[in-house]
Amino acid sequence: MRQDLQPNEYYKTIKRNIRVIVILVSFIPLIVVSSGILIQFHTSYREKVRAHLETLVKKHKQNIDNFLTERQNNIAFLASSYNYEQLNDPQLIAKLLEKLQKNYGNVFSDIGVVRADGEQISYAGPFALSSARYSEAEWFQKAIKTDTYTSDVFLGLRGFPHFIVAVRNYWNGEPYILRATVEFNTFNDLVRNIQIGRTGLAYIINRSGDLQTRASDRPEPVDAAYLNLINEDHRDSQDEIIIGNRYDEKAGELIYVAGLLKNNQWALIFQQHMEDAYRDLRKARNAALIVFVIGGIAIISMAVVLSRRMVARIAVSDIEKEMMNQQIIESGHLASLGELAAGIAHEINNPMAIMVEEAGWLEDLLEEDDFQRDENVEEFKRSLAQIRKQGIRTRDITHKLLSFARRSDSRVEKVELNELIQEVVSLSVQQAKYSNVVINTELSETVPDIQVSQTELQQVLFNLINNAIDAIGKEGGTIQIRSWKDDNWVHFHVWDDGPGIPEANIHRVFEPFFTTKPVGKGTGLGLSICYGIINKLGGEIMVKSRVGEGTCFEIRIPAAEGVSSIDDPVAPVHPLSQMQKEKNDEKQ
Amino acid sequence: MRNNRLLLIDDEVAFLEPMAKRLKKRDFTVVTATSGMEALEILSENSEIIDVAILDVKMPGMDGIETLTEIKRKFPLIEVVMLTGHGTIASAIDGMKQGAFDYLIKPCDMTVLIDKVNEAAEKKRKHEEKIIEARMKEISIRRI
Repeated sequence: MRQDLQPNEYYKTIKRNIRVIVILVSFIPLIVVSSGILIQFHTSYREKVRAHLETLVKKHKQNIDNFLTERQNNIAFLASSYNYEQLNDPQLIAKLLEKLQKNYGNVFSDIGVVRADGEQISYAGPFALSSARYSEAEWFQKAIKTDTYTSDVFLGLRGFPHFIVAVRNYWNGEPYILRATVEFNTFNDLVRNIQIGRTGLAYIINRSGDLQTRASDRPEPVDAAYLNLINEDHRDSQDEIIIGNRYDEKAGELIYVAGLLKNNQWALIFQQHMEDAYRDLRKARNAALIVFVIGGIAIISMAVVLSRRMVARIAVSDIEKEMMNQQIIESGHLASLGELAAGIAHEINNPMAIMVEEAGWLEDLLEEDDFQRDENVEEFKRSLAQIRKQGIRTRDITHKLLSFARRSDSRVEKVELNELIQEVVSLSVQQAKYSNVVINTELSETVPDIQVSQTELQQVLFNLINNAIDAIGKEGGTIQIRSWKDDNWVHFHVWDDGPGIPEANIHRVFEPFFTTKPVGKGTGLGLSICYGIINKLGGEIMVKSRVGEGTCFEIRIPAAEGVSSIDDPVAPVHPLSQMQKEKNDEKQ
Repeated sequence: MRNNRLLLIDDEVAFLEPMAKRLKKRDFTVVTATSGMEALEILSENSEIIDVAILDVKMPGMDGIETLTEIKRKFPLIEVVMLTGHGTIASAIDGMKQGAFDYLIKPCDMTVLIDKVNEAAEKKRKHEEKIIEARMKEISIRRI
């Protein structure tokens, strides 16, 4: 069909518009709402994480500070409780260590007294450091100058990491130092407890960036950013916790939390991969993304399916509308044709009447004696009788034409089917004759009246008979029209012994615009109009056909109400009853 | 028995002429008119000369039905047979309601037409007889 291209384009546009609108309308709020929620969630979760880390680090910083202060106080207490002489007693000092270890666990590993010249004059502990000389040691040099001192972690003489808590005191004007070694592991555990997620780790650095604790994932060298933190003057804000982000080449984006310890000598650094810190956030985001994607797919597929269905429905209703328009045009056409036919019929009739009268007059004249002797008088008579007879015949034809044309309305009324069939057949007989087609009717007397529009049913019959005549073609054949009744249905069929309808076309015969006739010969609307009319009447039209044998259109229409339901005693044998049954199911 | 006298009314002269000839040949007295007006004029001159009017339904000017009603109004005794083409069967039936005797479809068989005309003339005659009878009764009553 040629005009198909444009409507296809049209339907595609509708389909596309529906899709775009559905998708936009669904997606925009979805995106706005979900991104809004996500941003909100992101912000608050980030704050939560930061607050959590801050609290954590603050707590540990305090713990560590307290730990250091306590250790210092322990030693300071001992230094003030015992004088130099007493401390020189190895038994006492061993006792003190024992007491310390008993009270505070294995925090202190040894204890000793160091003279101003750096010699350790008294010692208790696991190492043989009784007369070790510390005059060169950095911690000693610093400790001798202040009252209390806590050193950085160092290996020292023993070769293990440790740090020293020292308290200066005086004996006879000479300063001496009571020092104790703090077990590194104990101290280290304080920091190592801060383990969050997979990558979170904490450590302590001093001002020169040396690690004061052991960290499993040791960042070496310590990032300059941390050193800046510790070296900047944070004296005013000793309790302040610094949170920041930085980029590490190895680990990627990091979040760090730092707090200053030990009078800003040390810094507790906690660092964690950004990704790890915000893992829950990422999870939530991923979940949201999955929901979004699934929802998006659902929306898109819905838009596609919906638009396809909607457009299919629109197309169907367009076709129906088109059909209806065509029907209206057709019936309008038929009506005007009827007017024309009526006019012509009338105009023909008058001259016909004159001709018949003149012929009658001639016949009258022939009766006179003058002509009786003529040898051709019989021929004249016969010829005039023929003229008269044909005149009457013409009158009958025009009569039928007129009565047909006049009823071009679709009023539903009680119609006697057989009469209607005969009427239409008598009008088609002439046309059939040109094609050498014989029309046989076999009408059951018991067929009840039906409630239909006479014009429309005539149209259906006309269509079917004309189709049958066209199908049979010039070779000639037979059309059989039968009517019968069963239950509350009135049936009739129009059967021709033409070439039949090929299998491929049989499903399409009722489609509008489907025609096998050459361009300009058929509109392809005849049968679809029939289909529409019969459907409207509450009936059914079915087609059965076999190539080479013929085609049968069978129609059934509900009988008018109030008719007896006695079955037709002689249901006719269907000429094509042996044909495959499925074919007639096709178009029901 | 006197010949039945007919008034043939049709606008088509070609139809009127052979018809008139044929009827005359069958011993009718035939007067023709080509319009309703003319028919009425003829009748008003002398209505006594006509028994049956054969009237075409479809005519220009004054059409069959109008002519019929006029005839029936002015000359109620005259019987009218309508003659019609197919387009005007409905109006012919109308005409029956207006008092036409019957209608025939053009072209009609001569024998049928003659039968109808004779029936109509018979009816008219009976009407006249009854009227005469009635008058006679009236006269005799008056004498008494």
